[in-house]
Amino acid sequence: MVGKLLTRGMLVGLLAGLLSFGFLKIVGEPQVDRAIAFETAMDEAKAQAKAAEAKAKGVALPKEEAEPELVSREVQASFGLLTGVMVYSTAFGGLFALVFALAYGRMGDFGPRATSALLAAAGLVAVYIVPSLKYPANPPSVGLADTIAIRTSLYFVMILISLAAMIAAGMLRLRLNPRFGAWNAALIAAASYIAVMAGVSLALPGVNEVPEAFPADLLWQFRIASLGAQMIMWAILGLAFGAWTERAAIAENGLRLKPAAL
Amino acid sequence: MSTLTYSPQAHAVALPLREVLPWAIFGGLLLMLAIYFIGAEQGAASLFKGMYVHEFVHDGRHLLGFPCH
Repeated sequence: MVGKLLTRGMLVGLLAGLLSFGFLKIVGEPQVDRAIAFETAMDEAKAQAKAAEAKAKGVALPKEEAEPELVSREVQASFGLLTGVMVYSTAFGGLFALVFALAYGRMGDFGPRATSALLAAAGLVAVYIVPSLKYPANPPSVGLADTIAIRTSLYFVMILISLAAMIAAGMLRLRLNPRFGAWNAALIAAASYIAVMAGVSLALPGVNEVPEAFPADLLWQFRIASLGAQMIMWAILGLAFGAWTERAAIAENGLRLKPAAL
Repeated sequence: MSTLTYSPQAHAVALPLREVLPWAIFGGLLLMLAIYFIGAEQGAASLFKGMYVHEFVHDGRHLLGFPCH
């Protein structure tokens, strides 16, 4: 059963990947191109300033070797993007199916469709939206090479804490259910998640490496494109996986949907 | 007199943990490794030398929200 769910999750992830790739290709790539054009212009201006300074001092400019281009822009923007998004999305589809297998029947009396939709909504918030409120997605030319290690660590730590807090909130909801009722228990659990994540966000160091002259609208468009792709991916995961699993559960009774006792 | 009403509702029954855990652990690790390769390899950390992986998935890495450069 779990193997079947895992395969299903990865197939749904493939579909989600195709759609979010299409979205990123149309909406995201123009922003990446603009950001790279900005980066090139900055680099050229810097090189010219250096050359002018060297000329004024009368010293020869030390020759800088151009970085070899390992992968062309065309490949980065097509097969590279496709590979990245597909692997990411398929992997998340698989992980989503595994979480579904663990959570189904343990988070209250929800059918496969509702379980799947609720988990995907929680996943989008915990894995992407909340971590990116603190450490948002950045286009090329935003971010210093020297700080990549610390930035990546902070981002992953933020995701892990956010996921843990979301799971804890889910368990808290179940605990509070009998005493406060479903609605209030859910509200208290959501408020606890928000409180914990607000505290964590305040405690972790901020990162701001946006170059001074970087266009604000480009930053906004880029981040909206990134958010859009995530929303597409999680929506497809939650809705398609749920619909497929509900149909299969009814057909095979594999998820043992016991009829309610009369 | 008692009446029986037909109830089409069904209850969700959890899959046994013993069945789920091996999949969750091994599958989970492999899938997270795949995400690591897309998100951080040859950037913050390197299992393989060079920059090819980084450059190849460069656009995806930025757009998926991972720190880069």
